[in-house]
Amino acid sequence: MSLHSLTLHELHSKLRKREISSQELTEAVFDRIAVTEERVHSFITLCRESALAEAKKADERLGTEKDPDPLLGVPIALKDIFLTRGVLTTCASKILGNFIPPYDATTVKKLRGAGAVIVGKTNMDEFAMGSSTENSALFVTRNPWNLDRVPGGSSGGSAAAVSADQCIAALGTDTGGSIRQPAACCGIVGLKPTYGRVSRFGIIAFASSLDQVGPITKEVMDSALMLEAIAGFDPMDSTSINAPVPPYSRYLDGDVKGLRAGIPKEYFIPGMQPDVEKAVKEAIRALEKNGVEIEEISLPHTEYAIAAYYIIATAEASSNLARYDGMKYGFRAHGKDLTETYVKTREEGFGAEVKRRIMLGTYALSAGYYDAYYLKAQKVRALIKKDFDEAFKTCDVIITPTAPTTAFEIGEKTQDPLQMYLSDIFTISVNLAGLPALSLPCGFDSDGLPIGLQVIGKHLDEATILRIAYAYEQATDWHKRKPNLAP
Amino acid sequence: MKIDREEVRKVAALARLRFSPEEEERLTQQLDKILQYMDKLNELNTERVEPLAHVVDIVSAFREDKVVHEPVVDALLSNAPAREQDFFKVPKIIE
Repeated sequence: MSLHSLTLHELHSKLRKREISSQELTEAVFDRIAVTEERVHSFITLCRESALAEAKKADERLGTEKDPDPLLGVPIALKDIFLTRGVLTTCASKILGNFIPPYDATTVKKLRGAGAVIVGKTNMDEFAMGSSTENSALFVTRNPWNLDRVPGGSSGGSAAAVSADQCIAALGTDTGGSIRQPAACCGIVGLKPTYGRVSRFGIIAFASSLDQVGPITKEVMDSALMLEAIAGFDPMDSTSINAPVPPYSRYLDGDVKGLRAGIPKEYFIPGMQPDVEKAVKEAIRALEKNGVEIEEISLPHTEYAIAAYYIIATAEASSNLARYDGMKYGFRAHGKDLTETYVKTREEGFGAEVKRRIMLGTYALSAGYYDAYYLKAQKVRALIKKDFDEAFKTCDVIITPTAPTTAFEIGEKTQDPLQMYLSDIFTISVNLAGLPALSLPCGFDSDGLPIGLQVIGKHLDEATILRIAYAYEQATDWHKRKPNLAP
Repeated sequence: MKIDREEVRKVAALARLRFSPEEEERLTQQLDKILQYMDKLNELNTERVEPLAHVVDIVSAFREDKVVHEPVVDALLSNAPAREQDFFKVPKIIE
């Protein structure tokens, strides 16, 4: 088997034993990119030269360190929302088309410290606003399982790159499902940690009370290893949680006997794809066989989540994106006076979906509408969080589908923004409640497209999610299937 | 109608955005449809519910007042759309 197709934990073991070098591995990954990128289009920027230099350094460290970090020498891709010192960071927007950050995001700094090799920056929906990566101002990324389908979004480039073996693992961000939904669409593992678990410093802000960084990986063990590397308190992020980071990977032993899983009846809705419902129900039965206690629960305010989310997220976005005025960095258009310079800069610099969300958020926050929309949405957010608090009194995790359908066709939903918003229906509540959740593959539909299973956990209890997900993964072999990208 | 073209123009001005007449027409219809969907929230009685702005308890994050990132003028100005010496160059503000 070629090196690029192995997992992070497998490669770590080979690197550690010095059976392979990081330079060989990095070359293998770039060879893989060379033969697949023309069809998949995962990357906005590739960092071949610096990656090979980093690999060389990693090999030196591997030669001297007794207990090397699991990420040392492993090629990793970053969504183009992470600030990377000296490397173009566009957020897939024209307005940041030439932006070269003067510093690294905290998570990037941590990856570099661990000795990871940065492969490049991946495509995404502009400012992470979207569920298909079609809102990128640059180009469309394709799903490695079927090139006519979307990879999901907004972290679609990262998910496609992991699925196509163009990197060993990647980082994404998740504001309403942007790690989990593309992971489900691409047949891999995506984890959104608890809000505050991972630093937001140096990720370009979309909706600050919802944004969270997380790993996109080939397997659950890799997700645990990546989380160990990036989690932890950061004084540079005012909402960072100061709590110790558990050794997640050490809890993965396949034993889940006696754990209680709640199945919310509101997550099995008319209109969902029958293959998805079937696969998720089979997965639940498989967990039951492994000793997990299953109980039906209710999250009664689920149907209000999308409405509340698209008010809160757009309100926060309209405020966050006010900074793009063409003065200190980014694109500037020239107008006859200052106001026109602002307007022209934003008119030409932002894409249609970003403008639509700024408009919606500005409207929801404007005089006369604040109470009816923004305040109302925050109250509903409180009700949604309370649903979860109640449910977690009797269960350890909640299990649902990640998305109501598998990857849809490119162009299918671009004309109808509301339809696109509805594809986040099963992921969004988790962001509103600030909880951790993971998506992993649990089957394929009749067209051969992957189906995602979502495991939601208690506040700061990523460990239990990972344990359940690992036990399911080890009992099945969905994670071993690969898309056929032979030229 | 939840929102009309005049309202859209007003909000656009607040957000420092501008749309062509065709874009404005399409956007008005799209926003109207989305806002009608948002009306769903009014099915819920939230009179006694406290709004939730943030899921973590936010306490003012104090830290010592000392320089940790020494600003490097050239690095900070390297992304400026226009620059003159060590300054950001911006359009004239005062007539």
